[in-house]
Amino acid sequence: MKIKSQKDFWSGLMFVGTGLAFAAGATNYSFGSSARPGPGYFPFGLGVLLAVLGAVILFKALTIETEGGDRIGHIGWRPLCLIVASVVAFGLLLPRLGMIVSLPLLVVAASFAGDEFKLKESLINAVVLTVGSWLVFIKGLNLVIPLWPTFLGN
Amino acid sequence: MELLNNLALGFGVAFTLQNVFYAFFGALLGTLIGVLPGLGPVATIAMLLPSIYALDATPALIMLAGIYYGAQYGGSTTAILINVPGESSSVVTAIDGYQMARRGRAGAALAAAGLGSFFAGCVGTIIIAAFAPPLTELAFKFGPAEYFSLMVLGLIGAVVLASGSLIKAISMIILGLLLGQINTDVISGVPRFSFDIPELTDGIGFVAIAMGVFGFGEIIANLSRPAEHREVFTKDVKDIWPTKQDFKNAYPAVLRGTALGSILGVLPGGGALLASFAAYTLEKKTRGKPGDVPFGQGNIRGVAGPEAANNAGAQTSFIPMLTLGIPPNAVMALMVGAMTIKGIQPGPQVMTSNPELFWGLIASMWVGNLMLIILNLPLIGLWIKLLTVPYRFLFPAIMAFCCIGLYTLNNNNFDVFMAAGFGIVGYLFFKLGCEPAPLLLGFILGPMMEENLRRALLLSRGDWTAFVTKPLSAGLLLAALLMIVIVSLPSIKSRREEAFHDEP
Repeated sequence: MKIKSQKDFWSGLMFVGTGLAFAAGATNYSFGSSARPGPGYFPFGLGVLLAVLGAVILFKALTIETEGGDRIGHIGWRPLCLIVASVVAFGLLLPRLGMIVSLPLLVVAASFAGDEFKLKESLINAVVLTVGSWLVFIKGLNLVIPLWPTFLGN
Repeated sequence: MELLNNLALGFGVAFTLQNVFYAFFGALLGTLIGVLPGLGPVATIAMLLPSIYALDATPALIMLAGIYYGAQYGGSTTAILINVPGESSSVVTAIDGYQMARRGRAGAALAAAGLGSFFAGCVGTIIIAAFAPPLTELAFKFGPAEYFSLMVLGLIGAVVLASGSLIKAISMIILGLLLGQINTDVISGVPRFSFDIPELTDGIGFVAIAMGVFGFGEIIANLSRPAEHREVFTKDVKDIWPTKQDFKNAYPAVLRGTALGSILGVLPGGGALLASFAAYTLEKKTRGKPGDVPFGQGNIRGVAGPEAANNAGAQTSFIPMLTLGIPPNAVMALMVGAMTIKGIQPGPQVMTSNPELFWGLIASMWVGNLMLIILNLPLIGLWIKLLTVPYRFLFPAIMAFCCIGLYTLNNNNFDVFMAAGFGIVGYLFFKLGCEPAPLLLGFILGPMMEENLRRALLLSRGDWTAFVTKPLSAGLLLAALLMIVIVSLPSIKSRREEAFHDEP
């Protein structure tokens, strides 16, 4: 068997998988009856419906011819990993080291994900954005954001 | 005249100094992001949601609305000047607008787009004011069964008119509905799908989804493509005013575009994008005078019609959101979210319980449109300069604002991690050719839909036929079914695909 549309094949699989997972999860909750639907009623129905639709997409991906196989193409691992990692790092560091450290780190690390990275530029960008965020969010909107690292004692 | 009284109340609210300021700020910001390709109104509104905690509900919504219609405006500027549509709704404007600019008639094209949009915006405002009250009356007659069917119609409508594969879009809606099921069940109080994570018992924050998918996901997708080279068109944009002949040619197109856009905007799934595509097709089909410039080579009607239509559509798409609480597109879904953040239950009761908000928002749209035209025609030069800001400076800024916003939502880093996860999911959707907007609609409507379904079943004692025996509910479901059938017909299907690939 040959895959006729890569994109549809994988999205079909994704829908079937998620649908089944939700339907299986929903069995942990009381299903109730039609007259008295319980918390598991709606998610179970939706999960099954999603799995069925996913199966149809999967079937079409295997039978209907598409131009050039509808390929997924190369995956941008570098931006994917760097962007996600820099966001996670920001989430971890902000409560501990404050905005003054974590935000420039986020900006520089994220800039590195692009293919036109220049250290000097991204450092300038980091300074401008940190000062700007401080002015807008902490001074202007009075939001409670840790600014300095906790070990500095305030 | 109740209409006049209501509008008077609205203008009273809209013309306070504070609200004029927020309308101005929103319109300005909207234009800015409209000009910048790769940053859309969905991501921007999601980015700003945390900041509206500090504002009252009325100015907050006025500002967010300003961003939406401002973005339509800004998007067309870049479409005309450099052939890069800043927003998807200005894709067709680029076809004839850019050709006009290349022939040194950028000023006329920009003015036609601006004046056309302004006219359409005025008409759109009046239409909202006139049609909102009767629709609200109707909405009060709805029981849970009717509401459920209406949401089905709304969700189906949102995807049949959109581009791309229909079955994938419906799957995305259901995926969104399922994500909306991660919460504490309202009726029994049981936490569902929470994996014993306390933050998940309140449900996933929709800001985290919106920022993750539309913010981070798009950034990853943009960065994994090679950097584009833009031809910047900065010369002779001095001669702003169109000639008399231009006016003569453009005004019927503006009228047609406004009418079409107003109708399409109200439909679920309508709004600016569909309106502009339809208007361009209509202008192409309408016979011009002999000696007209052909379409695709700089016909002013190809700019004026779609621009009027997308602005009219952007305005009237507020009608289902304001009267029924049902968002017809992703931006409106965010507006519903913003109302909930401010403690306002979206739905027909908003008009009576918060009349200042309701009419103030409507009046502010007209004020905002007026400001856009005053502001934009002289500032065109500045917007073009902005385009020279490279993406490598822009995307770290978007990320910084998103991350801070996510943290301040609950003063907790949980939402930051969620958004990072949804960034991966967003990139996956992009790679698999799955449109993420329907997911957001489903996610917003999910809990409402479940509640109404379960209530309807309780009332009918478990009888599923209640949905088809009640005439209103049956009619709505039938309409949804008809939509699916019609777009699946082979002849319509191919034309639908053609209409969305009508790009240069």
